[in-house]
Amino acid sequence: MSACVGLSATGCRTFTATSSQGLALMHEILFIVSAMRLPIVMATVNRALSAPINIWGDLSDVMANRDIGWVQLFGNNGQEVYDLTPCCFKIAEDRRVLLPVMLNIDGFTLSHVVEPIETLTQQDFDDFLPPYEPAQRLDVNQPISMGPVGPPDIFTETKKVHDDALVASRIVVNEVLDDFGRRFGRSYRAVEEYQTDDADVLLFTIGGTLGETGHTAVDALRARGMKIGQVLLRLWRPFPFDDIRRIFTGRKAVIVYDRALSVGGPGGPVASELRAAMYGRPDAPAILSLIAALGGRDVRAVEMAEQIENAVRRAGEGEYPAYEMVGVRE
Amino acid sequence: MNVKPSTRELALGAAILTPGSAREYHTGGWRTFYPKTDEALCITCGLCWIFCPDACRVITKRENPIPGVLPDYYDFNPDYCKGCGICAQECPTGAIRMIEEGAP
Repeated sequence: MSACVGLSATGCRTFTATSSQGLALMHEILFIVSAMRLPIVMATVNRALSAPINIWGDLSDVMANRDIGWVQLFGNNGQEVYDLTPCCFKIAEDRRVLLPVMLNIDGFTLSHVVEPIETLTQQDFDDFLPPYEPAQRLDVNQPISMGPVGPPDIFTETKKVHDDALVASRIVVNEVLDDFGRRFGRSYRAVEEYQTDDADVLLFTIGGTLGETGHTAVDALRARGMKIGQVLLRLWRPFPFDDIRRIFTGRKAVIVYDRALSVGGPGGPVASELRAAMYGRPDAPAILSLIAALGGRDVRAVEMAEQIENAVRRAGEGEYPAYEMVGVRE
Repeated sequence: MNVKPSTRELALGAAILTPGSAREYHTGGWRTFYPKTDEALCITCGLCWIFCPDACRVITKRENPIPGVLPDYYDFNPDYCKGCGICAQECPTGAIRMIEEGAP
């Protein structure tokens, strides 16, 4: 990542990819990229962090990097990853954003499988994503210092600027996704909804494995008469508080599946954010946090449906823990 | 730094756009206490000059020359003195006292 910082600082369009321990190892530099406003795009194949040594799918790597100040998106299948990659560059390089963008991809389930996708032509890419014009770069003829010391009388102002930029990038994310949809017919949103119109129970997932297995579980539960829908979080940062509040207000219960655990903390990272978004608001739903599919553990749709039914029953009774790890042998 | 930039005045990524502008940055602004030297007690031995970690002891003309004593004494450079107090600690005659900035 340090090499990418240098490359991007000289004005090159820069891409890299990483996963798990590699992401953890570059943790220090990730903050530097975003604070220096370098529009690097990185694919992160989400896998568990050791120990024990585990190379399988899990979101503990990205969840430990929530606060790096990047735009963070999730692609839930091969087609989405293919489509969102050019979108990431367009978001990152927009003069209103100028921030790095991370595209998260479930490890193994997406990274190690082959699936058919529809491709774009070179002309499609060229039209959608024009040649890169850096907003600022290292140039011996016009020397500048990038990444200098920011003493106490400057540092707070730089963080305010960074936060404002990341929050405001939300508008550009929507614009770029809409533009992609208009051009190529595949539309994406910061928060995706499935069967939510009449639902009084919502399943809330992040990442492709739980997301697509969740679809099957929702279909099965609907066939059994449960008024359930599903919400898939595509945009993790900036967290889309407005969409989240619009979608979740007035529902009876939300079953949140997290594929990472904040050990000794509030449970699942996504559930924690949802609770923060809904705290103190009238008509907030009961929020049940389930932790599943850690380190590549399979969660079958039939198990997920059972876990959801169980959670919904407990939500109705009003008695449930702050979070629960499901599918654990105890 | 004399003028502190607001969020609207910072360059992208807090970059510095003017080469060589570091010389305008005066680290003396970090100081809480400054070293006040009593020139009548200073024997110009130079120990403060040797110990000062920021090369901020400055040969200065005495206002009241003392017969038989060097015409200069050591004062401090307010632009870069961070007020560490090492000079006051090391001065063999007690000529240097640390005074809080802005104290009456």
